[in-house]
Formats: sequence, structure tokens, C-alpha cells
Amino acid sequence: MSENGNLFLRNLAGFWKTFRQNKLGLAGGFLVLVAVLVAVFAPALTDYDPSDIIRDANNRALTFAPPEVHGILGTDDAGHDVWSQLVFGSRISLVVGFMAGFIAMFVGSALGIAAGYFGGAIDSLIMRITDVLLVIPDLPLMLVLVATIRQMELKISPLAVLIVVIGLLYWTSTARLIRSQTLTIKERQFVARARAIGAGHWHIIRKHILPQLMPLIVANTVLILSTAILIESGLAFLGLGDPTKPSWGTMLNFAFDRSAISNGAWWFYLPPGIAILWVSLGCILLGNVLEEMLNPRLAAHHLEGEAGMIAIADVESKG
Amino acid sequence: MNQTPMLEVRGLYKYFPVHQALADSLMRRPHSNVKAVDDVSFSLARGEVLAVVGESGCGKTTIARTLIGLEALTKGEIVFDGKLVNAHSQQPHIGLKQLRKRAQMIFQDPYESLNPRATIFEIVAEPLVVHGMIKDRKERVAAVKSALDDAGLRPAEDYFMRYPHELSGGQRQRVVIASAMVLQPELLIADEPVSMLDVSIRAEILNLLRDLRQKRGISIVFITHDLSTVAYFADRIAVMYLGRMVEIGPAREVLQNPQHPYTKALISVAPVPNPRLRRERVILQGETPNPINLPSGCRFHPRCPVAVDMCKENDPQLIELKQGHQAACLLVTKS
Amino acid sequence: MNNGKPLLSVRGLTTEFTTPEGKIARALEDVSFDVMPGQTIGLVGESGSGKTTTLMSLMRLLPAGGRITAGKVMFNDTNLLALSEREMRDYRWKSMAIVFQGAMNALNPVMKVGDQIHEAIMLHNLMDEDAAEKRVKDLLEMVGIARTRRDQYPHQYSGGMRQRAMIAMALACAPDLLFADEPTTALDVMIQAQVLQLLREIQKSLGLAIVLVTHDLGVVAEVCDSVVVMYGGKVAEYGTADHIYNEAQHPYTQKLLEAFPDVSKPGDTLASIPGTPPRLTNLPPGCRFEPRCHLKIEKCSQVNPPLLEVSPKHYVSCILREGAEADL
Ligand SMILES: Nc1ncnc2c1ncn2[C@@H]1O[C@H](COP(=O)(O)OP(=O)(O)OP(=O)(O)O)[C@@H](O)[C@H]1O
Ligand SMILES: Nc1ncnc2c1ncn2[C@@H]1O[C@H](COP(=O)(O)OP(=O)(O)OP(=O)(O)O)[C@@H](O)[C@H]1O
Ligand code: SF4
Ligand code: SF4
Ligand SMILES: [Mg+2]
Ligand SMILES: [Mg+2]
Repeated sequence: MSENGNLFLRNLAGFWKTFRQNKLGLAGGFLVLVAVLVAVFAPALTDYDPSDIIRDANNRALTFAPPEVHGILGTDDAGHDVWSQLVFGSRISLVVGFMAGFIAMFVGSALGIAAGYFGGAIDSLIMRITDVLLVIPDLPLMLVLVATIRQMELKISPLAVLIVVIGLLYWTSTARLIRSQTLTIKERQFVARARAIGAGHWHIIRKHILPQLMPLIVANTVLILSTAILIESGLAFLGLGDPTKPSWGTMLNFAFDRSAISNGAWWFYLPPGIAILWVSLGCILLGNVLEEMLNPRLAAHHLEGEAGMIAIADVESKG
Repeated sequence: MNQTPMLEVRGLYKYFPVHQALADSLMRRPHSNVKAVDDVSFSLARGEVLAVVGESGCGKTTIARTLIGLEALTKGEIVFDGKLVNAHSQQPHIGLKQLRKRAQMIFQDPYESLNPRATIFEIVAEPLVVHGMIKDRKERVAAVKSALDDAGLRPAEDYFMRYPHELSGGQRQRVVIASAMVLQPELLIADEPVSMLDVSIRAEILNLLRDLRQKRGISIVFITHDLSTVAYFADRIAVMYLGRMVEIGPAREVLQNPQHPYTKALISVAPVPNPRLRRERVILQGETPNPINLPSGCRFHPRCPVAVDMCKENDPQLIELKQGHQAACLLVTKS
Repeated sequence: MNNGKPLLSVRGLTTEFTTPEGKIARALEDVSFDVMPGQTIGLVGESGSGKTTTLMSLMRLLPAGGRITAGKVMFNDTNLLALSEREMRDYRWKSMAIVFQGAMNALNPVMKVGDQIHEAIMLHNLMDEDAAEKRVKDLLEMVGIARTRRDQYPHQYSGGMRQRAMIAMALACAPDLLFADEPTTALDVMIQAQVLQLLREIQKSLGLAIVLVTHDLGVVAEVCDSVVVMYGGKVAEYGTADHIYNEAQHPYTQKLLEAFPDVSKPGDTLASIPGTPPRLTNLPPGCRFEPRCHLKIEKCSQVNPPLLEVSPKHYVSCILREGAEADL
């Protein structure tokens, strides 16, 4: 077991060595890491609670106070501290984005593998569903869904509704990607070999297909996260967020509703916009670089001596 | 000695349906098939090595895959150790899983047949896991170790935690062989096990297979397009052309006294590593015809250097020329 | 070997790569041989022995990280290594053309085969459109492909036909010298025989010199006049085909021959060469074959044997064959 652990560490060290060379990847990782750290340490980063109302000497709410007058990013129309909203909003945005992203990834991978591996009727069914989901415009569909579910007053947290709706509608691209990759892996000789020694479907999927797909799934998840965060922001901006737990999208929604722009309160609407950009850019950079690096078609190339062969990962694939 | 043949194949057919263009199916043209294996019969005694040779596309791999159940057969019977494979009849029969415990296959490409993300230990132990055998951890390690040892990977422990990409082509093919041998199979189906390897490594692997056979007495179906390797270790040779066996017989007999014109051509083009022995070659022109529309009569006639008129009409069957030596050619008759 | 002047004369060619980890890999060391006009010379060796690197060095087409560090390559009377990149371009394809390893998979799948050959001709502006078009069809015919198949796409060709098409493309500018890197390796025996027959025919009719790279000793024996056996980036043995096959002097060549199964001698036991080739980034100080050699003596691990002429036109790099050990 410890040897297994060593191997893992060796791989990780090798991975880090290549990753370190990649400026874009490092930048993406930095952006994401900062956002995650802010979310985790939110209470330590601000003295105010987002719902606190800041008052001036006369005990009047300090509205639309610019940063020069109050705190780091001033206050909003009701006198709430914008910085603390931003910091705590990161928690909501990231949690919704991450959870929705993970659901999408999970559903997409499972269905993609099933479609690619089993083929036939299962494949047709799953692919028809993705076709339908792909042609229906996402945002209006989600608006309708979220609004309808909210109408039903099911006592589900509005955030949970958002997470589930985004997660269950955003798996199609993952499913297609995973399916096509599964199709090629399935045809590879080591899968035929596994069948020839008598292995069943579950064994083959778990031991032979999934490990090859893993890097792709990881990279794809990071990319999906950025989409999920953007979608969450979009829906929240349109007023479908949870007003009691404002995310960045909700902040933007408030800012626009309450004439932040006409008041020239840039500190109210710019920061959440930049934060959204920050995280999604980070995810996209990171995801693309990971995808490039963890290319699943790892093929050993040339052999050099017995002390340890030099493997060159190349993109050779059997047609 | 057990007299039941290890393997008996009777009238085996394997057709792959061709995807039909929409226009064709609208016009109700008949569905066509790739006739990859077209009426093949042979048997393999215990401890025997049968080589199946022929050009690319003649159906060698298809036979191998059908034997181990990776392809469903279209027609015919496969009898393993006296039991019909995968049949639900009254006769004694054997299921695929059971068959795959007792018969193993080695694939052509050592770079492709190992899961790149599994360690050598996992790969060699996999058949044991799949069949739920030797559950005891210590015994399992011992079994894997002895399989690697037998395959010439010593000291075996050094390989346990390695990944396939850290091994050379020859070492990988040894791993494949070790994992095929770990269940102590009775039958080994080897699909071009050395054709992707360098000449010097090729010899090692051939020697290894020969040793294993001598030590364990396993039967081997050895598939190749290279007659030189066949000469080296087969007991019998079956020559295939376009899904059919055109000649079958004891190895020496077939190589030194070939009867079928196709066998003669194949032997004549096998390179001989001696420039003083450059021989007259019979180089068949063109490629093997497409197995969708087989030529009429003898399927070899469009390329046969000695074809006569009747070859276009009559489809020759295998006839026994000498003890155990059969050929399917209208011009060849019992001497 | 005849006594004429060589078309291509390679002396002391040494090529190094810088690996991604920054190490130096000496892929070729002191490679020397001659190619006579109209002759076929075979380059044999295991995977990684430097066959492709030799061709790429001669064409000066080494990939990034590779450079020639020593040697001389005379083509007629010109030292190719002294030419500028511009001048070198004039030699490529017009004087020396190459069929790359795995070339038959290198055709553009969405372009007609004829168009691809056409393109190769036009790139060197040797003739006008019409003449080039005629040339395309002549070339196809020369390699045994019907003129009518000019407008087909690569997937409509079989593997053997694609390989022929690549040979046709290499012949487009009527070179004097053709490098063929493993032209038959992925093909089955019959198609291999056809391609070899084609090479022999075009050589006879065009008076071409051919450098044939392969790891298959049988193929070399069938078509080559002389043979260079490479091991670990060095020439182990070099001589006429008869020298190599019937009077091999280097232990590696001898083993290689014994390891090759021969249809004409069924049942023989095959020799095998245990071990693996040396790592180029960490070469042994002595003979490169020493770790695997069955005849090695103590000195082999200290002295890197040079390529010496043991009999006329027969060169061996092995300490055991050095008549004059006093030299050292
Ligand atoms: N799954 C398939 N679907 C359709 N046709 C197939 C399929 N598999 C094989 N064939 C066809 O069956 C014929 C025989 O193929 P097979 O792979 O058995 O040949 P082979 O003798 O093993 O050739 P090679 O030496 O190239 O491996 C070929 O014409 C091939 O195109
Ligand atoms: N771009 C490169 N960078 C580093 N090393 C290289 C590079 N290209 C080739 N090499 C090394 O040079 C050596 C010779 O390689 P080369 O491709 O010439 O071998 P070869 O004899 O043609 O082998 P094969 O039969 O596999 O084609 C190998 O060890 C290889 O790893
Ligand atoms: S039957 Fe005729 S065509 Fe067929 S192999 Fe014999 S001679 Fe040739
Ligand atoms: S120099 Fe020594 S090690 Fe090298 S080939 Fe000759 S005998 Fe063998
Ligand atoms: Mg095959
Ligand atoms: Mg090469």
C-alpha cells in the first residue's frame, strides 16, 4: 500500500512539475484559489455582517456611501456594507456553482459512459435527450423551471432549486464528450483483453474505462464550474436567487433594481461583476490547461534502457 | 493421455452485416455481408500448436475472437474439450465465463493490450480477481510472482508496481503472457503475438511460448501472417485465404511440399535472410479481394497464377492428399 | 561495391538531442557509410538504434532539440552540412527525397491523392500545371496505380496503395537518392513483396540510389547491395550484403541473424539477445553492446571501439576484431 502511495506521490510530483511550467494554468489556479480562500475565510475578512446597516453619526442609514466614506467598498442603497456582501456572496456563488457543476459532471459522466459503453437503445435514448436539451435555449427553460418550482411553495430552499435545475440541465456537453471518449476506449485492445479473460461489464467500466476517463472528467468539471457560476449569476441577476442569501448575481440584481447606476454608485455594481469574471476566467484557464495536460490518450513512446523507460506521452490514437 | 481434442471447430461462419445506404434499403436491395470467416473447420489436439497463416484481412483475427466469444458466431459449432461452447442444448456445454477461465487470448499489439493506468501486478492478477480465484492475499501474490517468473520477468517483485509505459515492447508482451498464464489455461489463442516486436525480442517471445508449451503442455492456436515464425514452432499449419482454409497439414509437410498455389506463393515471398539464396518469387498482384463480393468458383482464381477455366465455376473443397495433409484446389488431386 | 565515386558519402556523423529534461542524448555517433549511384543500401537495427535519426540528419530535417555536432555529408562534391538552409532546400526532394516512417498514414485524408502529388511537384516549380498533371498520372502508373484512380481519396486506397502513392510523391522531382524509412513495416507479406518489387523496378529503370531503413533482416537480404547494422546510435558493422549475412563479424550482427527465423530452416532454435539497448542519455563508457554481448572481454567496458576495416569494404566496430590492438 505504501508503495502505491509513493507511486501516487510520484505522479503528483510529476504533474506539478509540468503544471508549474504553464503560465496560463498557474494564473487560472491562482484566480480560483483566491476565490475559494475568500469564501472559506469570509468572516475573518470583514468586520460587518452583510445584513448590518451602517449608520452615520445621526444614526441615519448611510446609503450609497462611496469607499472614501465607508469601509473598503462603501455601502449600498440600504446602507449595507458592500465589501462584506461581496465576501459572503462568494460563499453562495461558489457553493451553488460547485454543487451544480458536480451534479452536472456526475450525471453527464454516468450517462455518457452508459451510452458509449452499452450502445444500442440506451445510447439512442440518452443521445435523443441530449439533442432535445441542446436545442431548447437554456436560460428561458431554466427561468420557467425555477419560477414554476418556486410557485409551488415546496419549502425547498431557493438555492437548492437553483442547484438542481442547473445541474440537471447542464450535463449534456459532458455526456457527449464522455460518450465519444468511451467509444474509443471501448474499442481498445486492453478492453477486449479484459473481456477475453471473462470480466463483466461493471468490472470493465470500473477498472478499465473509468480510470482512462478520469483526467478528462476532472478537466471538464472545472470548465463546467465556470458555466455553472455564470448561469447562477445570470438567474440571480434576473431575480431568481435567494434574496436572504445574496450571491454575486443577486448583488447585481439589487444594484440594477435600486438605481445604483443612475446614482453613480460604481462600487455597488462593479465588484460583483468583476468577481464573477474572476472566478469564471480562473476556471476556464485552469480547465483548458488541465484538459491539455491530462490528455487521456497516454501512450508510451520510446524505450530507452532498462533502468527505466522514458515515456513520452503523445497523442497517438488508433483510428 | 486424454483423447478428446482440445478444440474442434465445425463449419464456422462469421458474417458482419454491411451498413446499408438508405437508398439501397429503399430499393430493397438485398442486405450484404462481409464474409470474414466462411465455413472453416479444424481440430486441435491437446498440447498441439496449430498456426493459422494468411494475408491481412483473410479472417485470422475474426476466428480468434470468435473462438473466445468476443464475436458471436453466425453459424457453426465450437467444441471445447468435448463440450459445445455457449449452447443451450441437451448436449454437454460450457459457458463463456467458464471457457474464458480455461482458454486465454494474447493480442497482437503489446502497446495496446495493457491498461495504461493499471500496475503490472493489477494486470497479472486481474484474471484471478475476475474469476474470484485465490482470494488469499499472500497466495495471490505468490501466483502473480510465479506467472511473471515463468514469463521471464525476474525478479518479479521489481515489476509489481510498475506501469506498462515503463516497460519495453518485449517486456509488455511478457506481461500479457504472464496474465494469460496465471489461470493455468489449457488453450492459448495467440493473435500475432510477435509481429509488432523487434526481431531480437521476437525470438525471446517465441522461445518463451515454446518453453511454456513444453512445460505445461498447453495447446496453442498461433495466428500470424509471417511464415518464418510458423516454421519455427508450429506442429501443423492452416493456410487461410478470404475466410476459408485452403491448405492444412503438418508444418514441415506444408512448408516443404506445399500443394495449394496460394501456399506456394506465400512461401516464396517469405524473406530469407541470406542474399545468396534469393529465390524466384511468386508475387501475387493486387490485394485480397473484398470479402463482400466473393469471386465465383474458386475464390482464389482472380489472383491464381495457374488458374484454368473450370476454376471460375467450381468451388474446390478440402481434400485429403496424404495423412493429415489437405488442400482445396481443383488442380491438386490425391497422389 | 563498385569502385566508382560515391553519390553520398557520410563520415563521422554525430547527432545529439536535448531531451525535455535538459539531458543530452547522443543519438548518433561517428556514423560513416557510402551510397553508390544506383545502389541499394540497407540500414538495419532495433527500435531506437538511430535509423530514422540518420535519415533526418542527412536531409537536415531534425526535429527541434536535435543538432548535428560533427561529421561530413558529401553529396557528389558538396558538403551538405556546410550549406545554408536555403541552399539545402534545393537539394531536398530534387536530389534526395524521403518516404517517411509511417508515411502511408501521412496522406491528407480530405485531399485527393493525385492533388497531393500535384502539390508536391508544384512546390518545387519545375514545370507548368499541365506538365505537372501529366507527371502525376505517369508517377501513379509507375508505382502500379491506375491513372483513373488519381481522383480518389486516401481512404479508398488500401495500405499498400497508399505506400505506393507516397513513393510516387517522393519520385515527383526525379531525385538521385531515395530514403525509404520502414516502407514495408505495417504491410503484410504479399504487399511487402509487391512494394519491394516496386522499389527494385524503379531503381532499375531510373538508376536511383536507395537507402532502405528497416528492422527486418529478411527484407534487407532481399533487396540490398550493402548493409549498415546500427546499434545504440553507432555503426556496429558495415559491408556488402554477403559480408553481413555470410561473414558477420560483430557479435550483435551474428546474434541478430541467429534470432531471425528462417522458412528455409524450420525448427531451428532461435537465439535471443537478452537485455535492452543502452540509454542514450547515459551511455556506457566502453562498447555500447557490452551489457548484452556474449563474447565480451574485460576491456570492452572501458574502450569504445572505433569502426575499422577488417577486410576490403567490410567494417566492424568490435574490440575482438581489431587486428592492431597496439594502436590503442
Ligand atoms: N467488426 C467488423 N465489422 C465489419 N467487418 C469486419 C469486422 N471485423 C473484421 N471485419 C472484416 O473481416 C475481414 C477479416 O478481418 P480479420 O481482422 O479477421 O483479418 P486478419 O486476417 O486478422 O487480418 P490482419 O492480418 O490484417 O490482422 C476483413 O475484411 C475485415 O475488414
Ligand atoms: N526529438 C527527440 N528528442 C530526444 N530524443 C530523440 C528524439 N528523436 C529521437 N530521439 C532518440 O533518438 C534515438 C534514435 O531514434 P530513431 O527514431 O532514430 O530510432 P529508429 O532506429 O528509427 O527506431 P524505430 O525502429 O523505432 O523507428 C532514440 O533513442 C530516440 O529516443
Ligand atoms: S482451384 Fe484453380 S484458381 Fe483455385 S487455386 Fe486451384 S488452380 Fe488456382
Ligand atoms: S567490443 Fe566487446 S562487448 Fe563490444 S561487441 Fe565486441 S566483444 Fe562485444
Ligand atoms: Mg488480425
Ligand atoms: Mg525509425
